[in-house]
Amino acid sequence: MKTIVLMGNPNVGKSGIFSRLTGTRVIASNYPGTTVDVSRGEMQTPTGPAGVIDAPGTYSLSPSNPAEEVAAVVLDQADLVVNVIDATNLERNLYLTLELLERGVSAVVALNLQDEAKHRGIAIDAAELERLLGVPVGPTVGLFGEGIRELVERFREARPSGTVRPMSEEERWATVGRITGAVQVVTHRHPTLGDRIAEASIKPVTGGLIAAAVIAAAFLAVRWIGEGLISFVFEPLFDLYTPIAMQASDLLGPGLLHDILIGRFIEGGIDYEQSMGLLTTGLYVPFAMILPYIVAFYIVLSILEDTGYLPRLATLADTFFHRLGLHGYGIVPVILGLGCNVPGALASRVLETKKQRFIAITLVSISVPCMAQTAMVFGVLGSFGMGYVAIVFGTLALVYVTVGLLLDRMVPGQCPEIFLEIPPYRMPDPRATGMKAWMRVRGFIREAVPYLFIGILLVNLLYAVGFFDLLAAVFAPVMQTWLGLPAEATAALLVGFLRKDLAVGMLVPLGMTPEQLVIAVTMLTIYFPCVAAFVVLLREMGMRGMLTAAGVMLTAALLVGGALRLVLIGF
Amino acid sequence: MIAMEEMLLDLEPGTQGTVTRFVGTPSFIRKLRTIGIREGKTLTVVARHPLGGPVVVDVDGRQITLGRGMARRVGVAVTL
Repeated sequence: MKTIVLMGNPNVGKSGIFSRLTGTRVIASNYPGTTVDVSRGEMQTPTGPAGVIDAPGTYSLSPSNPAEEVAAVVLDQADLVVNVIDATNLERNLYLTLELLERGVSAVVALNLQDEAKHRGIAIDAAELERLLGVPVGPTVGLFGEGIRELVERFREARPSGTVRPMSEEERWATVGRITGAVQVVTHRHPTLGDRIAEASIKPVTGGLIAAAVIAAAFLAVRWIGEGLISFVFEPLFDLYTPIAMQASDLLGPGLLHDILIGRFIEGGIDYEQSMGLLTTGLYVPFAMILPYIVAFYIVLSILEDTGYLPRLATLADTFFHRLGLHGYGIVPVILGLGCNVPGALASRVLETKKQRFIAITLVSISVPCMAQTAMVFGVLGSFGMGYVAIVFGTLALVYVTVGLLLDRMVPGQCPEIFLEIPPYRMPDPRATGMKAWMRVRGFIREAVPYLFIGILLVNLLYAVGFFDLLAAVFAPVMQTWLGLPAEATAALLVGFLRKDLAVGMLVPLGMTPEQLVIAVTMLTIYFPCVAAFVVLLREMGMRGMLTAAGVMLTAALLVGGALRLVLIGF
Repeated sequence: MIAMEEMLLDLEPGTQGTVTRFVGTPSFIRKLRTIGIREGKTLTVVARHPLGGPVVVDVDGRQITLGRGMARRVGVAVTL
């Protein structure tokens, strides 16, 4: 089968064209040995079926970051290159086009975003561009699928350029200028209201206000979609499942196996939040409590991304994040981490260097509470008043900044600055956006859910054999003298390493004061989020990186716990 | 008209000028050129974020965010 590779600058609507070409059966996976995602699919061409690869966006074939390196490698597998170019920004896009054609690959050019170009008063003579480049050029509007069929038809005419020959970098810039001058006519146009709003959203004061409003709206939307999914989809599903679980319970009869699989009965039946069995709570927590919010989260995030708002948010956030050795995109792992720390840690891939990724991942694991942790904080402290909840979140924010400043100074490595293009606001393509959200949800189900499950199994087993009581006895002195917590709380904190929900169940009956609960809950949030995050840390950073991060977490948890004790309880 | 060369970082928001030169490695220069910031291009400073934040410029109707360390190494001719 032939391989078609989509190449183009970032933000030219490449993934929209990709989803138009390939339909729904798409696999996004890591490019081997890298942290860059590449989407693959299949399509029908006039000359038979072909595999399609959506290469990461790149400005040139001399790579300046990992994504561009992957783009250059993917290019080598191409039998046919579809070069997607942005009609609103022809001059800049042509540099890559020339580099591609100089290599003598068979190519067609998709002149995309034609509608937007018209609005901006830009007219491009596609026929003349085709003559100068020496390969077929097809005008397209990826968002509405216009021109896609015609473009595919022209795949049979794809050929190495007969007019473009290898040249030096300076010659290439000169050629870009000459071609642009020959095919493009720009009519001057006054800035519209839309332009003014777009500009307001990247200026410090107005941009800050808009960002606050957007983030608030995003969180409301996540809550609203998440709660809707729970009450209309997932709760009804579990109501259907209950009779099956009860039957399994009858079949098993009382005993150790029943305790592990079904758990304890609460008031004579299964209580999905408290029974703690593998097949009851073990299914309920990931699927009915976390997944709905994850789905909601990814839908909202994908929309923010595809409208072009994210680069603006990154620009505004850079003022803060670059002090921690990160840059503006450092906000992405934080936002994702608020949903689940696993995708949060994975999102650190938007940062360029090892140092930046280490800082971002460690900070997310330490002080960005995931949905489950947030639920825990509210569940334990909510009844004592929001003031206590605020202490926990305030402490976490302080820890984020402090640990970030320290790590930036202590971790060796490079911290490249923010450097990004701000694309114009665009209507997201529902197909491409939906696809992206779905791939992320699927990733969560594959990468996080199995470990949540294993974690529950492990805790149930260790709990059953009395391992936690033993550990509790060993650590009790530290708890009492350093943190001011009763010895019984030790077991809860240790269990929390694997299961936050169970830890909550164990903390509440101890009758601690709200101050003690604040300490316990803050510590539970600071050290490892859960087994799934643990595994992702290991995979993303290797054994050494993971152990270092774990050391940072443990130290931070103990120091913060001790400090909170001093402030809240005294000696 | 007198044209004066200043570094991008020193320009106030709203200032317009022509890119004259870059100070840095070939890969730094290529990074800027391929994103659209090239010698001879007209550039407008859209925003300079306070407290060490980034600089946003407009070139060919497209906005680009760059860190201060980079903005310090881009020469711009401003007509007075």
